[in-house]
This record gives sequence, structure tokens and C-alpha cells, in this order.
Amino acid sequence: MTRPIHVTVNGTARQAEVEPRTLLVDFLRETLGLTGTHVGCDTSQCGACTVHLDGVSVKACTMFAVQADGHAVTTIEGLAPDGALHPLQEGFHEKHGLQCGFCTPGVIMAAADLLARNPNPTEAEIRHALEGNYCRCTGYHNIVQAVQYAAEKMAATAHVGAG
Amino acid sequence: MTDYIGTSVKRVEDRRFITGKGRYTDDLVLPGMTHAVVVRSPHAHARIRSIDTEAARQHPGVVAVLTGRDYQNDGYNPIPTGWQIGPDMKEPPHWPLAIDKVRHVGDGVAMVIAENKTIAQDAAERVSVEYEPLPAVVDMNQALRDDAPRVHDDVPNNRSFVWELGDRDATDQAIETAHHVTTYAFVNQRLIPNAIEPRSAIGHHDDARDELTLYTSSQNPHLIRLLLCAFVMGLPEHKVRVVSPDVGGGFGSKIFHYPEEVLCAWATRRIGRPVKWTAERSESFVTDAQGRDHVSKAEMGLDAEGRVVGLRVRTLANMGAYLSTFAGGIPTWLYGTLLAGQYKTPAVHVQTTGVFTNTVPVDALRGAGRPEATFLLERLMDLAALETDRDPAQLRRMNFIQPDEFPYETPVVLTYDSGNYEATLDKALQMAGYDALRRQQEQARAEGRLLGIGLSSYIEACGIAPSKVAGAIGARAGLYDSGMIRVHPTGKVQVYTGVHSHGQGHETTFAQIVAHELQIPMEDVELVHGDTAQIPFGMGTYGSRSLAVGGSAIYKALEKVLSKARKIAAHKLEAAEEDLDYKDGQFTVKGTDRAVGFGDVALTAYVPHDYPEGLEPGLEENAFYDPKNFTFPFGTHVCLVEVDPDTGQVKILRYVAVDDVGNVINPMIVDGQVHGGIAHGVGQALFEGAVYDEGGQPLTGTFMDYTMPRAEDLPAFE
Repeated sequence: MTRPIHVTVNGTARQAEVEPRTLLVDFLRETLGLTGTHVGCDTSQCGACTVHLDGVSVKACTMFAVQADGHAVTTIEGLAPDGALHPLQEGFHEKHGLQCGFCTPGVIMAAADLLARNPNPTEAEIRHALEGNYCRCTGYHNIVQAVQYAAEKMAATAHVGAG
Repeated sequence: MTDYIGTSVKRVEDRRFITGKGRYTDDLVLPGMTHAVVVRSPHAHARIRSIDTEAARQHPGVVAVLTGRDYQNDGYNPIPTGWQIGPDMKEPPHWPLAIDKVRHVGDGVAMVIAENKTIAQDAAERVSVEYEPLPAVVDMNQALRDDAPRVHDDVPNNRSFVWELGDRDATDQAIETAHHVTTYAFVNQRLIPNAIEPRSAIGHHDDARDELTLYTSSQNPHLIRLLLCAFVMGLPEHKVRVVSPDVGGGFGSKIFHYPEEVLCAWATRRIGRPVKWTAERSESFVTDAQGRDHVSKAEMGLDAEGRVVGLRVRTLANMGAYLSTFAGGIPTWLYGTLLAGQYKTPAVHVQTTGVFTNTVPVDALRGAGRPEATFLLERLMDLAALETDRDPAQLRRMNFIQPDEFPYETPVVLTYDSGNYEATLDKALQMAGYDALRRQQEQARAEGRLLGIGLSSYIEACGIAPSKVAGAIGARAGLYDSGMIRVHPTGKVQVYTGVHSHGQGHETTFAQIVAHELQIPMEDVELVHGDTAQIPFGMGTYGSRSLAVGGSAIYKALEKVLSKARKIAAHKLEAAEEDLDYKDGQFTVKGTDRAVGFGDVALTAYVPHDYPEGLEPGLEENAFYDPKNFTFPFGTHVCLVEVDPDTGQVKILRYVAVDDVGNVINPMIVDGQVHGGIAHGVGQALFEGAVYDEGGQPLTGTFMDYTMPRAEDLPAFE
């Protein structure tokens, strides 16, 4: 009935017995208690469940937990080390990129994927990259600014690091 | 000391949300918790012949299977509506699970409770319901016919109420004698609120203490408790606690008392274990109260100079299958009263008919009645300008109520306190570069391109509202709010408010008010909301009331705190109260350097060894605030779009918003609220619309069919 899986979640090796039909998001929320990843729809449209699988954003409601077997998953709880904020998390705070906060973890994870691929995106590129994430509160205006803030901050840090 | 008022302080609530530590109802896990799934009707209208729950009960891991008959047999009541529209309003019973008939797709018929969600889902498929399908009615005009199927057998013509406001004769005469009459048939389509957090509830009955706790994703915990205790289940209010933890957006849809809240509260008492229910999105589409859905005919009369002389409106408002909590109030008092808008229209008459159909219930959604009024009025203004060959901005301008005419009594019973409508129009036109845009538009047309310039000058009635008025217009509740200030012995402050934040940033804005008044650092202030066990009372958050009503209650409580603190300080400083100044968190004897800090005063209140004679120890004050009137924010928005003549695709090129919302505590948060409102408005204008087929089947039942604005669909806002 169940199958064993080994998944590295936020840097920690986890193993569990899951039903083959268990969704990755349910495994994260219910088995591991990582409730920062949310479920907003059942059709992969809203993006509230976005996490990273081996560094690439995926919708955790559209994957079975068994598909993550042998892979590394990063959730919003693991985006920055304990106590620190990722530049995106900082950007969302500085630019008021969130209101109710429910879509926010997914938006941040999708934006992190964008900045990993494209460290200096235009406004249009940011809006395009967030096409898989619904936000009903902010009208996206401040979300775009938050991502721009993070891109600038990461560029400055990288520059200092390289310098 | 920072001046907190008018400052864009970054939100204190952000940290938990950006780190994944928000605590929404579905995140909560209680010991021994079970999971519920509601079996729902696939039919829009059908008689229930039988419900066979046996196979589901036998399914391993199932704890209980309950039906509407079980609920009735336990002696509980249907869910009432909260707004009486006239003495003849038809309010048929709304049972949390359907008894004899199902009346919309998604109407609940049974509840399956199991050890986990998956088992409950599997077992729900084993509940066998025998239905006798009945003809359904979806269209309001058809529903009103004598031969239409009846949603409720004892409601002829499916008519819940007919309501009217304004001077009918004067309006008829104004329209008949007008120089020009602009007539338009409106469809204000039905919207689905779609807060990104699906609704969720957990009932937890503690047998030993006979205490019930209901966790629910609600904008309105005290009202839910009141309805549950006083009307639905007849429970003792002091033994029931309702908690609304973090709530992921509401937009009105989480105001109302929903069947699933009742079911979780009822089921936990029956099985003696906590019961959680969380909607799947497809369930949200057929159970969250939907919005708008008006069909109207409107006539606006103008004189030869273009002055509006009368407005006549006939509206059919879809109620869906049952009257939701505020259902009747939205298309009547929150709609008809707004039809004067910013204009000096001398005669307005509106008639609204509330109609039952075999669709999901309709209630408040973002703006709730007021956007429906604004759309109707502003569309008529544009059409009238077009028909009489006037500039739409100019037509508005010449009809504005003037700044020296306030307070202004409208023909639809509101008294506007103040306003300067021309100022916001001018500012918006100037920011948009209106004249240049008109030239650009002409040029584009010459090139075969379609540029559109939209204008909307709106007024809102917010800060809902004076209880006396609410009572007079049929609301079954008061609409004051409460605020309590608890100053701890160390001078740290907790603030308890009866309104509820689900994105509006109260934890920041309200702390700014408290820090400003007490002249202490914001870090020393914490807001508590969303828990009936902690907060004296409250009416929740909707109708832009949180700051205007809840914030004012806090302000009143702060005045009491400072008054008492002054007595204690005067005693400590051996001075008269009136000789003290309060500045930078210190009471100082005027003209001296003798001073005592707020923290010392607080400590003295709790360690009253040397204390004023007759004064109670402690420093904690509560206040209730019931406003004298609504607040009337207003403004003008300008939108520039380009329409692709081949595909019809609309691209928003610019969006300029100028709003006068009164005193702003936190401009960043206010701007954010406006952004969200614009997105919802654009959503309705360009993307959203709930569609039912003739048989009452929802055709927009997922995010794949119901389109909402995404990041690429919206411009940066100016």
C-alpha cells in the first residue's frame, strides 16, 4: 500500500512511508508539518504550493511525493538560514509585496527561480515569470517592485563578493 | 520620537508570512482531530428521495456519516440571514445540509468524518443519494414568471423581496420632462470571490469543560459566534469560542456564517473529537457566496445644458438559492443609496427585486453594492456624454456637488459630510495628461488603432456604520466596534480589537495609532484580533470599517488610558493634572524639569503603594464606538487601453488613481488596498464572470475556466 521515499527537504534527509497517491504538498504539510507551502486550488493554476525541486520551481500539488524520491526539495521555510531573510523575503517586506500572505510563499519561490535564471529581469520578464501565481490582494504592483528590490540587492551583494 | 501618523511604516505582520510561519486554519492540527468531507449535490435542483450512508459507514477509518435529518433530529435550526428587507421578505430555511431538496450544485447533503482526509474522500464516494431531478431556473426574468420552477416551494415567483428608495413621482416626472434621456440595459455579471485561501473550519468540543471552540477562516468571529449561539444551535455564548487565525484573503466572502462552520461545531459535539473541514477549490466555486449579478434598466434625464435632472433604476438582484448573511442588504441599502454618486441629481428612484435561482448564494463582494452603483452611474455618464456630444470629464464636472454645499443630503438618504470632487478629477486628468491623451486617441483612430480612455468618479459609503441607521434599514445587528488597551506593568501594551485583519495590515496601522497617542515605540505595542475569548466584542471587518470604526474605538480607549495615567502621574509629581504636559512618553510639570515616564506610571498602576486616593489600580481600558455617520471617500480613476481590432484583446496602457480617503495613517498600506481594488475592478471589466448553463450547472468551476488577472494582465499603477 505505501512506499518508502527518501527526500532531502531544506537540507535535511527525510524518509517516510507514503501512499503512491500522496501529493508532494500533502507530504510536506501533513507528514513533515511544513505548513508554509499552501494549497489554493486543485488544478495547478494558483501557484500557492510552489516549491523548488533540485533548485527548479515546481507546483507541489501537481507532483506525487514518490516523484520526489531521491531529490532535494526546498520550501519557503528553507529559503534562507534560520533567522536570516533571503533578499526576496526582504524585498516583499520593504515593498509591501504581500497583504494576506497566503500566496506569498509560492510567489517568493517562483521569483527565486526566476532570479536564479535571470538575475536582472525587466518588469515585463518579472510579470511573465509570475504568470503561474495568482495574488488576489496586491494587484501585483508591489510584488514586481519586491522582485526588483531583490534583484538589485543580490546584484550588489554578488558584486561585493566578486570585488 | 517617530511621528507614526502618515508614515509608511513597514508591516509588523510580514515576517511570519514571508518565512512560511503564517498560521491559517488548515495549518492547525489538534490531538485526535478527524477530517470531514461534505457530499454535495451534482444537480441544480432535485428532490432527495433517499440517502444511503451504510457503505460509507462501513468503510475502514470512517468515524461518522451525518445527514440533514440527523441535524434536524438533534433539534437545531437553519442558518438565518442577517438583513431584513421589508416586512414581507421571504426567507426560506437554509439548513446546513439539505433536507428535502437540493437547490444548487454544491448544496451539501451529507458529511463524512474519518481518521484522515483521504479516507473521508474515499468514503464520501460511497454515500449513495437518490435524486429526482427537477427543472432548474437560472435566469432571473424567467424565475419571476408564474410558471417558473420554484426554488422554494412556498415562495411564489421566486421573489424574496421588492425594495424601493427615492421619490418615485418626482423621478418619473423629471425623466418625462427631460431634454434628453440616456437609457441603458445593464448586466453586472456574477463574480466568484476566490480568496486564494480556501475556506476552512475546525470544531473542537471539550467534553470535560463543555466548551466548544470553532476555528474558522472568517472576517467576522464574533458575529459567527452570535449567530451560532443565539440562532442556529442555541448554545451558551460563554461556552463557545470562535477563533479566526491568519486568514488568506476574504473580499467579503468570509464575512458570512457558512454551513460548514455549523457542521464542524455540531459534529465535534456528536463524536467527541475535533473535526476539520477544508474546501477544495472546486468546492469553493460552488459554496463560497458569490458577488454582484444584477440585471438593470436605468434612465438618466438631462436638461438642455447637460445637468442631470433625474435617475430611474430598476434592478433584479440574484440571491442564488438561499439568503446568505448580508444578502438582502447588498443590492438595496448598499447600492441604491450610492446612486447619487458625486452628482447633484435632484430626483433618484430605485427599485430592486431580490430573486431566488438555482445557483450558489450571492452576497457581499469587494465593495458590495457600491461598485454596482458606481458602474451603472459612470457608464450612464459616459453614454450621456457621447449622446449629447459632450466631453465625459466636462459632463461630470458640471454636475458635481460643490465643496461649499456640504453637508449634502442626497435624494437617496445619505448625508455626505465633505468632498471636493473637482479637485480629484482635476488631479487625475492632470496626472493622466488627459488633453494630450484625447489628441493621441484621435491620431490613433486615424491610423486604425483603437485607444480608449475610461473615467470613473466615484463615491463610497464606508465605515459601516451607525447602529441606529443599520437597525432602521433592517440589519439584524449593531455596527459599532470595540477596542481595549491593556497596559502591562512594564509599560508594554496589548491592543484588542473587534475587527479582523486578513491582509489589511491592522497589526501595523493600529499599533501606529497607539504608539502615536501614548508616545511610546511601536515595538512596545501588539495587536490581538480574531479570538472571541480574548476580545470583548466586535463586528468584524468589511465595508471599509476597520480603521474608521475599530480604530476609533481604540482611540477612545486610549483617551481613557491617558486620562487615568495623568491622574497617577499628577499624584507622583505632586502636581495638579492640568499642570502636566504629556510629551515624548513623559508627563512633565509645566515649566519645570520634574517628569515621570509612561513606564513608571504603568508600574505604579500595578504596584499602587503610593497612589491617588479612590483610584482603581491597573491600567486597562475598553471602549465601544458607534459612529454618527458613514465616511464618504471619493476620487477619480483614469484608464487608457488599446483594443486589438482583430482579436478584441484589451491591453491596459496606463492606470491613474486619485483617491481622497481622509486621514491616512499608513500611506503604503492604503496604496496597497487601492491596488487590490483596481485589480478586482479590472478583473470584472476584462476577465471574470461566473457562467451557469440553463440547467444550473456551473461552467466556470475551476481556475482553468474562471479567469482572474495575472501579473502580465495588469500595468504598474500610477
